Amino acid sequence: MKLTRSQWIKVVLALAVVLAVSACGKKQVAAPPPPPPPPQLFPTASLTANPNTINAGQATTLTWNTEHATDVTIDQLGKVDPSGSRTMLPSQSTTYHLVAKNAVGTQEATARVTVVPPQPPPPPPPTSNETEARMFAQNVQDIFFAYDSYDIEPQYQKVLQADARFLQQHPNIKFTIEGHCDERGSTEYNLALGDNRANAAKQALAPLGISGDRIRTVSYGKEKPFCTESTESCWQQNRRAHFVYQP
Amino acid sequence: MELTMIKRFAAILFALLLFASSNTLAQDWIRTGTGLGVEKIRLAVPDFKLVANDTGTPDLAATFNTTLWNDLQFAGIFDMVSKSFYPMSVPGAPQEVHLADWGSPPPNANMLAFGNIGIQGGSLNVQGWLYDAKNVQSPQVLGKQYREQANGANARLIAHRFADEIIFRLGGGIAGVGETKIYFVSNRSGSKEIWQTDYDGANQKQLTHLGTIALSPHVSPDGSRVAFSGMTKAGWQILMYSLELGRQVSFAGFGGDNYSPSWSSDGQSIAFSSSRSGNTEIYTVGAAGGTPRRLTESKAPDVSPTWNPKTNAQIAWVSGRTGLPQIYTMASDGTNVVRVTDQGYAVSPSWSPNGQFLAFAWVRHYGPGEPGASDIYVMDIASKQWAQLTHDGGRNDFPSWAPDGRHIVFQSNRSGRVQIYSMLADGSEVRQLTAGGENTQPNWSFK
Repeated sequence: MKLTRSQWIKVVLALAVVLAVSACGKKQVAAPPPPPPPPQLFPTASLTANPNTINAGQATTLTWNTEHATDVTIDQLGKVDPSGSRTMLPSQSTTYHLVAKNAVGTQEATARVTVVPPQPPPPPPPTSNETEARMFAQNVQDIFFAYDSYDIEPQYQKVLQADARFLQQHPNIKFTIEGHCDERGSTEYNLALGDNRANAAKQALAPLGISGDRIRTVSYGKEKPFCTESTESCWQQNRRAHFVYQP
Repeated sequence: MELTMIKRFAAILFALLLFASSNTLAQDWIRTGTGLGVEKIRLAVPDFKLVANDTGTPDLAATFNTTLWNDLQFAGIFDMVSKSFYPMSVPGAPQEVHLADWGSPPPNANMLAFGNIGIQGGSLNVQGWLYDAKNVQSPQVLGKQYREQANGANARLIAHRFADEIIFRLGGGIAGVGETKIYFVSNRSGSKEIWQTDYDGANQKQLTHLGTIALSPHVSPDGSRVAFSGMTKAGWQILMYSLELGRQVSFAGFGGDNYSPSWSSDGQSIAFSSSRSGNTEIYTVGAAGGTPRRLTESKAPDVSPTWNPKTNAQIAWVSGRTGLPQIYTMASDGTNVVRVTDQGYAVSPSWSPNGQFLAFAWVRHYGPGEPGASDIYVMDIASKQWAQLTHDGGRNDFPSWAPDGRHIVFQSNRSGRVQIYSMLADGSEVRQLTAGGENTQPNWSFK
């Protein structure tokens, strides 16, 4: 904004009055307080936290006192008054650090607040079992049998060796061996045949270092087939020892 | 045509088999048996005369007449004279009988069963007589009177009792099976449970509600309990259903899998198969539980024991010790093992009430690419002669003898899904008893 001519005059007059007033009153005004005398003493400082042990989420009161300091800072709070207190909500254990300074020197004080962390939720056991069950299913393969047989054929001996390696690495795992049969033949004989298949697998694992104490056997005979068509490939699927993780 | 020939051949073979046995056996069987080799008794059974009838209960006489006729026809020892040959006037009491009309052609009956039925004041009254139609001087063989509350079940009950009396009198002292039951496995509720039916397929009823798998029912000799195999959290266990209490009752649990229970005929012991020591073996245990006693010792499957009900001194069972399953017998202490079948795939033995025959399921010509039919066979244990009872294809399994020794119940998938059938012990008179769902493993009660 551009000042008009009359405005300029007002400003100049006002300044003149101010100058005149200040020039006139100078002798009457009291002298300003003298600057503090240069401190002669070393600063003192104290810092406390009460309580000094809290549970997470609880508050503690931080109290400090200093003398002779010209500059007081607390790390977590910045510049503070020479004395004071503050309510704090630390989320974890904290060491509060105060620095009091003056021209003579520096004094530090610390206060430690221990925060008890909340009980960590126990790792859900199912998760671990699920992992174990998944690993079991991936690593322990079923074995298959010829018609009316509970003899373990050479290729399945190899499968059992691989199974045993995994089971030895996981000695706490317990498991069930289910014996299954194809749909041919009689219900009761197939139950017995299924038990003999499960038992044959259990017996074959013993010399491979897998204790029978870890194994439960059960027969399903032809009551729970994996495949329900009346074909040889389907029947082969059903003549098996099926390994099941026991949670 | 060819089928009939085969049947006839089998019938002749069966007759020969029976004659070939010891004299007492032959006599016993012929007199009490299916009538093979002898002429059947011609029996006339006119409908009982309705002498009184409360309003609203018209079907009881019809129920009674139908049941009586079916029971007598089922017995297998009578040639039932067709009703179209009967005289116009049907007797309801002795004074109304003109014996000459019945004993001479066209009916030409040997025996005449007749009587009257009255439904009065809520009670059902039946009088029945059995007359020897050829003995004009002293014709009466039986005279019976029955009184029960008037309802359909009692109409059947009275008919069963009168039929059983006639069969007992004319069938060599062996009672009929009118009041017997058959226990079996059915999946019609969604899972395999134990069911019960009258011998003729009437009154089918679910017993167990296990919800898992129930198999192999076997009723106790006194008809109070049914032992069966049930899948539990502890694997297969022998479970017990009380027919008196109408619920499952506790029985001893054993380690491993336990199944195929069989009662001794004295009700003292149960034989069963158990994997408690690893491989399956036959054990016996007291009917009240206790420690099982092991009878077999072989690596192979051993299963499906059945007692000789005449002596309880022998057990027949199935073993795979020589490869495919075969039938064996042993003493009930496990000694004296004898192989009974010589080839094929032989399972599911049932010992006849007189101790002389084994019924079982047999695929005689088993081999790769040769599916072979599973059929029901009967073998005379002493001579090892056998006769084939089923020929009609399908898989036939789990024969079980009726207490009269004249009938066998079994399962077959001859008409598609597996169902339960009864037949005479010569393979004739096949009747289908079940229809809904799949029905298996029938067991005929001891009485």
